[in-house]
Amino acid sequence: MKIWREPFLAALAIGFFLAGCNKPSSAPGAGNDTIKVGEFASLTGSEATFGQSSHKGTQLAIDDINTVGGVLGKKIELLTEDNQSQAGQSATVVRKLISSDGVAAILGEVASSRSLEAAPICQENKIPMISPSSTNPRVTETGDYIFRVCFIDPFQGTVMANFAHNTLKLQNVAVLSDVKSDYSLGLAKFFKEGFVAAGGKIIADENYSGGDKDFNAQLTAIKAANPDGIFVPGYYTEVGLIALQARQLGITVPLFGGDGWESSSLVSIGGTALEGDYFSTHFSPEDTSPAVQNFVKAFKTKYNETPDAMAALGYDSAMMLADAIKKAGATDGAKIRDALAAEKNFPGVTGNITMDANRNASKPAVILTIKNGQFKYVQTVQP
Amino acid sequence: MTEFLQQLINGLALGSILALIALGYTMVYGILRFINFAHGDVFMLGAFAGYYLAPKIAAVLPLPSIAGALVVMGISMAVCAALGVIIERFAYRPLRKQPKLTVLITAIGVSLFLEYAGQFVFGAAPKKFPAILPALPVTHLGGLSFNSNQIVVIAVTIFLLLALRFIVLKTKIGTAMRAVSFNPEAAALMGVNTDIVISFTFALGSALAAAAGILWAINYPAIDPLMGILPGIKAFVAAVLGGIGNLPGAALGGVIIGVTETLVSGYISSTYRDAIAFAVLILIMLVKPSGLLGKKEIEKV
Repeated sequence: MKIWREPFLAALAIGFFLAGCNKPSSAPGAGNDTIKVGEFASLTGSEATFGQSSHKGTQLAIDDINTVGGVLGKKIELLTEDNQSQAGQSATVVRKLISSDGVAAILGEVASSRSLEAAPICQENKIPMISPSSTNPRVTETGDYIFRVCFIDPFQGTVMANFAHNTLKLQNVAVLSDVKSDYSLGLAKFFKEGFVAAGGKIIADENYSGGDKDFNAQLTAIKAANPDGIFVPGYYTEVGLIALQARQLGITVPLFGGDGWESSSLVSIGGTALEGDYFSTHFSPEDTSPAVQNFVKAFKTKYNETPDAMAALGYDSAMMLADAIKKAGATDGAKIRDALAAEKNFPGVTGNITMDANRNASKPAVILTIKNGQFKYVQTVQP
Repeated sequence: MTEFLQQLINGLALGSILALIALGYTMVYGILRFINFAHGDVFMLGAFAGYYLAPKIAAVLPLPSIAGALVVMGISMAVCAALGVIIERFAYRPLRKQPKLTVLITAIGVSLFLEYAGQFVFGAAPKKFPAILPALPVTHLGGLSFNSNQIVVIAVTIFLLLALRFIVLKTKIGTAMRAVSFNPEAAALMGVNTDIVISFTFALGSALAAAAGILWAINYPAIDPLMGILPGIKAFVAAVLGGIGNLPGAALGGVIIGVTETLVSGYISSTYRDAIAFAVLILIMLVKPSGLLGKKEIEKV
């Protein structure tokens, strides 16, 4: 055994060394006949439904691009890595995608916290990164190689403020936000600013902690203030329970919130208590525009399910990247970056996307309502 | 004034559930002098037992209905009672002669085991608890809203408290429980089978936890494997507040914690809710270290 071991280890080391030499060192991502694009996603773990949706949309876009011949005469090869919805994993898998697979660009992630992990690595390696659906403003502040195709929370808050004031004609609104979530607090802050600027009044400002189950105390206080609407910028589990308890306390005014509501679990928990409530999101499969309908049809054919906002944003992130590579005429990171930064009125399935100076997408938001347990399209709000 | 009364009703409903859980802590402490930290997770398992039973019961009895709800609750209580006995038999009984700290650490281990095995078996995502009780239209009385679930919670809690009182004070096994609690060695010498009494105590406490789990799930119908942690801690605090080892004390403690929390969230800020609830605990402990209804115990050296 002893005699065996060292030559074996040496052979192993040489093998690794040679494998290391094999990686493309000229232009990143330019394999012989394919352009490599890396994706990191939460395919398993606690946010798996979001990650899976996003990945399906991304994969569909890559397939669509390749069926029409790819870009620059080459097919796109999507390399997907799973971060298991865990902190710390994204950095590892993105480093691997860049240094060992030599991808030209990175797509991902849904959750802002995990996008924030990967962004500095992409920035440092000058590899463009597009996040499909991280709405926290800090993500793209990492550097000039980081983009996103979704709107950010200040916009979403303002959209709901204007919708509440102008469309629902609300004057006195109560806010119930989650003090444990940056997303909820940010959205609540921008909503309050927007609503007061529009001429309305915030008459009650209550909060809860994510994971709470009993909201009767806050809702009773809100009821006593007698608002004509309640803004609940939280995630679906708590929102479902809040709606149930509000209706049991005899609160009949509409509730409304942001994209954290968009999950089938929302209606399964809240049931009829949510009828006639509203939330803002990125996309509605009911939108009648041909781009959306073609996407919905293709998605249904491939996966036999209706796409949600995460799928649509995943699709747009890959489509926009392909468009930028085409415009750049090269797979060089700096050139793709410049092309991405110059994107104007890109026709995505989530609306026309224009990159602003901070590499955030300036694009419309969609407002949905809940009717008979289904999400129904109400209107599109332009930026 | 109406708002205040409404908050009191909210607090009473929340406190009733905490009281039911607190009884389990206090009974086990009374008999064995240790805190069964896995008790909050038995509460969670009670809710999940109901979740998996409801569709089976619905095949026999119409759901939601009062009879159906009673059957679901009864079977869940039986399941958890058996579980409580099993936990005691395999995790705590082998350590009975060991220092109390050993058993305490084991209890924490059992608690973590149930939580994470629960995540593995049931999945981590919250599940919608089915409607097993017919939801009556909300009753309004001079600006106050009584929802039927809150009334059910309070009524069931009062009923279970009276039943428990009957068992402990009027039955043979209850007398044996009190004897073991008073002095286990002497009770054993007098012919009380302490093993059976301890098993029965765990069964009773776990059944109450299961009832609390079902009531909780009826009121807040999103259940997940970690749902027992916070109510468990609060019920433990309630038991200490009322005087651990004392049954009416646990019920009183539960109601005090529930009402305090609700009033703090309603009038001050829910951010400080737990901080203030625990500050109340510290204040009461400073004035009365044995708890509100607890007896002073003289430590024999």
